[in-house]
Amino acid sequence: MFGTGILKGLYITAKNLVGSYHDPERLTTEQYPEERPKLPENFRSFPFLVFDGENAIDGLRCTACKMCEKECPPQCIYIVADRDENGKLMKRPKVFDIDISVCMGCQICAEVCPFESIKMDHHFEVATDNRFEKLLLHREDLAKPNSYYHSIRPTEAAAVDAQLAEEKRKAEERAAARAATAKPVPATPPSNPPAA
Amino acid sequence: MNSANDIFSQPGFQPVHDDFHGDLLELSIGPHHPSTHGVFRMNATLDGEVVVKLKPVFGYLHRNHEKLAEQNSYLASIPYTDRLDYLSSLTNNWAYVHAVEKLAGLAVPERAEYLRVILGELARLINHCCLVGFLLNDLGTSFTPLLYSLRERERMLDLIEELTGSRMMCNFMRFGGLRTDVSADWLARLEHFLDHQFARYLREQDALLTGNEILLARLQHVGILSPKLAVQAGITGPMLRASGVDYDIRKVDQYGIYDRFDFRVPLGDHGDTYDRYMMRMLEMHESVKIIKQAIRDLPVGDFLDPKAKNRGLRPKAGSCYARIEGPKGEIGFHLVSDGSANPYRYRVRPPSLINLTVLEDMCLGRTLADTIVILGSVDIVLGEVDR
Repeated sequence: MFGTGILKGLYITAKNLVGSYHDPERLTTEQYPEERPKLPENFRSFPFLVFDGENAIDGLRCTACKMCEKECPPQCIYIVADRDENGKLMKRPKVFDIDISVCMGCQICAEVCPFESIKMDHHFEVATDNRFEKLLLHREDLAKPNSYYHSIRPTEAAAVDAQLAEEKRKAEERAAARAATAKPVPATPPSNPPAA
Repeated sequence: MNSANDIFSQPGFQPVHDDFHGDLLELSIGPHHPSTHGVFRMNATLDGEVVVKLKPVFGYLHRNHEKLAEQNSYLASIPYTDRLDYLSSLTNNWAYVHAVEKLAGLAVPERAEYLRVILGELARLINHCCLVGFLLNDLGTSFTPLLYSLRERERMLDLIEELTGSRMMCNFMRFGGLRTDVSADWLARLEHFLDHQFARYLREQDALLTGNEILLARLQHVGILSPKLAVQAGITGPMLRASGVDYDIRKVDQYGIYDRFDFRVPLGDHGDTYDRYMMRMLEMHESVKIIKQAIRDLPVGDFLDPKAKNRGLRPKAGSCYARIEGPKGEIGFHLVSDGSANPYRYRVRPPSLINLTVLEDMCLGRTLADTIVILGSVDIVLGEVDR
């Protein structure tokens, strides 16, 4: 009969209207600034750098290997490795800049980082009044403590910590083994004497 | 009553130029128009209210996608494919990794194949949800069906966000599998969602719209696309099936593991806008069926082939074309490798762009209001049209 479709439709909308007062499944709006979203652990916004210990710059896990800089699809990472006065690489970044006006938050940098240094943040309110300086994050802005990493991604951070501890233990074992086998070495002359 | 429909039904309708009828009006709709679904422009020539010529203009959202991919590594193109058809980024990811896997000869573990099917069909649900909502918005049902659709889509996006980290720019598929594994808890919640909220949504949307007299009057016999023209123009996806052509790449190619699922391909009868709407509604039911079967049969195992190399992938010199059935149609990637770390040639076959080519044929002789509805039923995303 003509008109039944319209009446049926009106019944559905009425059900939704009434339902929105008592059924949370029909009213899913989040009153954002007052009500904070509950972010899932995997949520990602922009990258940050993890540091261990107290000092943000000395404790950086980053060794300036530039893997992320190379793999970053929009090329928004800029790294200069730090050198000591003899020009020797110090395995830490002197400059580590991320232009988050270019970054697309794809997390490929976090994926390729071999030192578990660069991770994805949960902080998403990044609006500023200056789109040039304030959206170019430097080493100091990016460095965040491991405790912060634990607070946003507990399971992932725990797994990373366990893995790093394991690696450290293995490295120490290897060093100890090398020290044990290397003991007789001082008795033998150096195999490649500089005087040659 | 001399209704306007009599004019439309005449074959070879020609505009009349005389003092009484006046001049033709050229009207540029878009690029900044809410009903063109993005920065799309239609140069319509109108005789009164009737469209006599229509020229689609696109390219306003061109982002150099293909050329960028030729300078980037194979891995670095995956996040860019998210931005093609941003309503269903998971199927774009899938099409691209499918092409690279074919090019490099990589195998995909069983579990990853099943998870890809689940995620791909979830992307199809999201896409069709959006389409049904926005199509009704184009019709003038201001926001009610759209917001019901977006409410359910939001729940699916929450699930996707929890899994991939991002609501729309998932960047989740990798060569030889997926980026992370999917937990049993997540799958259980997805199934619960499909059984309860989504089933109710489909029921309500059907009751609200499918038999609605206004919807029938506005959609039936509007924008008819003949099967012959659809095949000749290379139309794919729900639009082709609405014209009655039985061609679904999931059935034709049976890529991945689609031969293991029991699902039907809905076919239209008339090729009008109502059929195109119904295709989406029916496909959602089929997608739900596929997801449930995939969750039921999901094997344990690797989610990523441990031998697969994602970073620094250098496929042997050669070329390949691989395609999958995206929500909008056949999405394919043509890759040419010269053995280096980035593709020599990278080409996307976007379903939206090719489905858009018959827009004029469907709109001629219809009113301007119908044009908007026909465009809505084509289901375009300008990120994919312009790339």
